[in-house]
Amino acid sequence: MARVVKTKTEFEGNFFEQYIVIEGDELTPWAADEKLEKVGKCTPRVDGSERVTGDAKYTYDIQLAGMLYGRILRSPYPHARIKSLDTRAAEKLHGVRAVLTHKNIPQIPLRMGQHFLLEPTLRYAGDEVAFIVADDEEIAEDALELIEVDYQELPFVIDPEEASQPSSPQIHLNGNVLNGKPEEYERGDAEKALREADVTIEARFTTQVALHNSLETHGSVCAWEGDSLTVWDSTQHIYGVRAGVAQALGLPLNKVRVIKKYMGGGFGSKNGAGKYTLLAALAAKKVGRPVHMMLTRKEENLAAGNRNNTIQYLRLGAKRDGTLTAIYLRSYAGLGAYSLWGTSPGGPARQLYACPNVKTIQYSVFTNTGPMAAFRAPGYVEGTFSFEQAIDMLAQKLHMDPLELRLKNYIDTNPMSGMPYSTKGLREAYERGAKLIGWRERKSKKITQGTQRRGFGMASQIWGGSGGPPAYALCKLNNDGSATIITGTQDIGTGTKTVLAQIAAEELGFPIERVSVELGDTQDGVYSPLSAGSMTLPSVGPAVRVAAHDAKEQLLSIAAQVLEKPKDQIKLKDGLLHVQGLEKPVELKEVLAMKLQNFMIIGKGARGPNPEKYSVNTFGAQFADVTVDTETGEVLINKIVAVHESGRVINPLTIGSQIEGGVIQGLGFALTEERVLDRHTGLVLNPNLEEYKVPTALDVPEIEHEMIDRADPYANNLGAKGVGEPPIIPTAAAIANAISDAIGVHVTDGPITPDKILKALNKTQIGGNHA
Amino acid sequence: MAKATKTKRASVTVRGPHKMPVHLFVNRQDYELHVEPRRTLLDALRKDLGLTGAKKVCDEGTCGACTVIVDGKPVYSCLTLAIECEEKSIETIEALAQDGKLHALQQAFIEEDAYQCGFCTPGQIMSLKALLDENPNPTLDDVKRAVSGNLCRCGAYPKIFRAGLRAAEILRSKKGA
Ligand code: FES
Ligand code: FES
Repeated sequence: MARVVKTKTEFEGNFFEQYIVIEGDELTPWAADEKLEKVGKCTPRVDGSERVTGDAKYTYDIQLAGMLYGRILRSPYPHARIKSLDTRAAEKLHGVRAVLTHKNIPQIPLRMGQHFLLEPTLRYAGDEVAFIVADDEEIAEDALELIEVDYQELPFVIDPEEASQPSSPQIHLNGNVLNGKPEEYERGDAEKALREADVTIEARFTTQVALHNSLETHGSVCAWEGDSLTVWDSTQHIYGVRAGVAQALGLPLNKVRVIKKYMGGGFGSKNGAGKYTLLAALAAKKVGRPVHMMLTRKEENLAAGNRNNTIQYLRLGAKRDGTLTAIYLRSYAGLGAYSLWGTSPGGPARQLYACPNVKTIQYSVFTNTGPMAAFRAPGYVEGTFSFEQAIDMLAQKLHMDPLELRLKNYIDTNPMSGMPYSTKGLREAYERGAKLIGWRERKSKKITQGTQRRGFGMASQIWGGSGGPPAYALCKLNNDGSATIITGTQDIGTGTKTVLAQIAAEELGFPIERVSVELGDTQDGVYSPLSAGSMTLPSVGPAVRVAAHDAKEQLLSIAAQVLEKPKDQIKLKDGLLHVQGLEKPVELKEVLAMKLQNFMIIGKGARGPNPEKYSVNTFGAQFADVTVDTETGEVLINKIVAVHESGRVINPLTIGSQIEGGVIQGLGFALTEERVLDRHTGLVLNPNLEEYKVPTALDVPEIEHEMIDRADPYANNLGAKGVGEPPIIPTAAAIANAISDAIGVHVTDGPITPDKILKALNKTQIGGNHA
Repeated sequence: MAKATKTKRASVTVRGPHKMPVHLFVNRQDYELHVEPRRTLLDALRKDLGLTGAKKVCDEGTCGACTVIVDGKPVYSCLTLAIECEEKSIETIEALAQDGKLHALQQAFIEEDAYQCGFCTPGQIMSLKALLDENPNPTLDDVKRAVSGNLCRCGAYPKIFRAGLRAAEILRSKKGA
C-alpha cells in the first residue's frame, strides 16, 4: 500500500524536508559483514561493449528520417535590447525551413518568469536571439549571418561584488542580489569570538569561473507524432526535462517522452530542459519534421552553465592550543544572468570542524555573464579552496602541523544540526592518506633550497551524498529466468547501470549476466530523481533492491506451489532453485516456462525515507606532493593521494574511475582552468578547448586512491552513499596548500597559474633573490 | 553609455559551391558520395554514412574525439575535408571488432574501465590503434603521447594508459601463441 512519509534530503549543500510517497516494506540493510557475492566485487561495465564499439547512441548521434538541424543566433553584447530584427533574407536562403524569434513564438516564461524563451532583452553575450532550422547545419549557420538585428547596447556589470551595489546596472527588476538579500547562517557569536581569540587570521580568496566542457554538448532531438512529443536529450534528469517541456508547452506529462540512453558528460550542468529543447520542439511542430539541436562548443561555453566565480572574505579565530573558536565568512558568487538558486561556498566553513561560533553571509549576485549551473559539488569546491587554505594559514601561525590542527577540531556530530553522523570515516581517511603520501616524513623530502621547491599539502572533504526518496524501480522476471530492472534514472557515465545490475543480481540470487537494466526513458521507466548531488546510487539502488526482493518473493511463492514444497525450503542461488530434499537444483525455466507458459513476475520497489536521527554525509581527505619552479612559476604535481569514505563500496572498479576523474578535474580547477572574460566588452575570450585548459593525458600525475569501505548502517538498505562529487572537492585546496608549503606563501586566487606564483614569490625572500 | 549598433549582410539565396562526387574507402567498403566541398570527413562519416562512432566535440581540431585512421595515420576527421580523402583508406571504430570479436584494445578498455561517459572513447581507441599498428611494444610514455591529443573530460586517463599497455600485451601474446 502506498504511504506518505516525511523525509529530509540534502541536495548540493542545501537541505529540504518533504513529503514523499513510498510503497512496499523497507528491507533490513545488508550487515557490514554480510556475505555478498556480487556487491563489492570489481565488475566491468555491463554496457562496456556498446561504449567501445561506437554502438552506443548518444543524443548527438540520433538521426531520424527527414530530420532538420537547428542553430541559435546569440547576443554579441553583454546587455542589450533588440530594437528591430529582420529575418527575411535568412528565410529566403535555400534549405531554411523556419526562423523563430520573439515575434513569432508564444511568450514562454522560464525560471518562474525570470526571463522568457525568446525576448527582446538580452542579458549576457550569448543570450538567445533567434532560432533557425534548415536541411543541414551548414545552411543553418549561413542563415544565421543573414539575420539583421538592430541592438541597443545597455550598460553592463560582470563582477559580482560590484554588481551587488545598488548603483550597478540592474539585470532584473528586483535587483541584482538573489532574493534581495544574502543568505545568512550563524551559530554562537562569531564576531565576539574573533575579538576574544588568541590567534586570528584573515584572508581574501577568489575562485574563477570554470566551464564544464562536457564532451557532448547540451542538446536535444525533438520529434512529434500527433500531439505527442519525443525528446532525446543529453540530460542528467529525464523526468526534469519532461516536466520542463510539458510546463513550457502546456502539454500533459504523458504526452512528453524523454529518452537518454548514453550521454557524454554533464557534471551537473544538464539537470533540466534547455532553451535549445523548447526551440527545437516548437520548430519541429511548426515544420512537421524532427529537429536536431546540439550546441556548438562555443555555445556550450557561453550559454550552457559554469561553476560561478566567488570572492570570499574569511576570518578564523583559535585558542593557542589550536581549538577553533570563530569562523566568519562573507562571500559573493556571480550567478550570471539567470538562476533561481545560489551555491553555498560557506558549506565547508559551517560543517567541517567543531567550532561553536560560525557566521557565513553568502551573496549570490546576478551579472551580465553566462548563467551558472551546478558543477560537481557546486560551492563546496570553491569553499574548500579557501577554507582549507585558511586552516593551513592558522596552523602556520600556531606552529602546528596542519593535520594535527584538523584532528584537534574533529567532530563526530554534525555541528549544524547536532545530530550524530551515520558514519564518518574522515579520521581513517586522514591516517591512510598521511601514510600513503608519507606525511610524517615529509620534512625530510621537502626541498627548500634552489629553484625547484618541493612541498606537501592536504585538505579535507565533507559533502552530502545521502540521496533519498522518491525513487522507484521495477523488476520483471521473464519466463526464461532472465530479469530486467526498469527505473527512470540515468547512467551519466558513472556506471549506474552496472551497480544496479550487481544489486539486483545479489538480491535475486541470479548471475549478473541474467540481469539487464533499462534506464533513461520516461515512458518505460518509473520515476527516479536526477543524477546529480551524488544521489543516484543511494536513491535508486535501494529501490532496485526492494524491487528485486519483491520479485524474488513472488517467484519463490510460485515455485513453492508448482513444486509443491513449502516456500521456506526453497532458496535462489546462481539463478537456480535449491530445494531442500532435492539433490539437484531446479532450473527456473522448468518452473516458469514449462509449467506456466507465458507470464511475468513484476516486483516493485521504492526508496524508503532517510534516517531521522542521523546526519548522512560523505567524507574524505586528499594529499598533494608538488614541486614548484621558482623561476618559471610552474607547478609539477608529483603525486596526489585521495582517500574517501562513502559507505559501502558496491563496485571498486568504477568507484576508482570516479575518484581519479574527480581528482583530475580538481587539478584542472586548481591550476589551469579559467573562463577569461574581457572586462571592457563583457565577452568570453576562450569559449573553446584550445584556450580553456582542460587537463590532458600529459598533465596527469600519479594518483593513489583508497576507499574507507564500511557499510553505513543507517543511510539506506545498501549502506552505500554517493561518490560522484566528493573526489573533486578537496583537490584544489590540497594542491594550494602544497604550493604554499613549497614556496612559503599562499596563493589565494584561483587558478594558481605561474604568473600568480611569481607574483606571490616577489613578496618573499625566494622571489626577492631572483628579482 | 547606450549606443545603437546594426549588423547588416548582403542578401543571397544559395551560398558556396555545389556538391561534388567523392569516392571513399571506409572500413573495407567502397562508397560514392555527393558532398559540398566544405563537408568534413567527420560529417561525411556521421551524416552521409551513418557511422556515428567518431564524435563531434569541438569541430576545430582541439579534442581528438573525431579521430579516425586514414591510410594508417590517426587524423582529426573534423579537420579533414571529405573530398581530400578521395581514394584513401579510412578506418573507424565501427570496424575494429571483427566476426563478433572485440579488438584487444576494446577488450582492455572494458577490463580496465578506461572510460566513464564514453564520449571520448572511440577517439582514444583509434589513436591507440594507430600506435599499436606501428609499435607493438610501446612504453607508458608512448601510450601517453599517443593520446595526448585526445581530451577526456571525465578524467579516465590513468586507466586509458593501462588499457593501452594491456592491449599491447594481449596482442603480443596472441602473436606469440
Ligand atoms: S571534434 Fe575533431 S578534434 Fe575535436
Ligand atoms: S570518458 Fe567521458 S570524456 Fe572520456
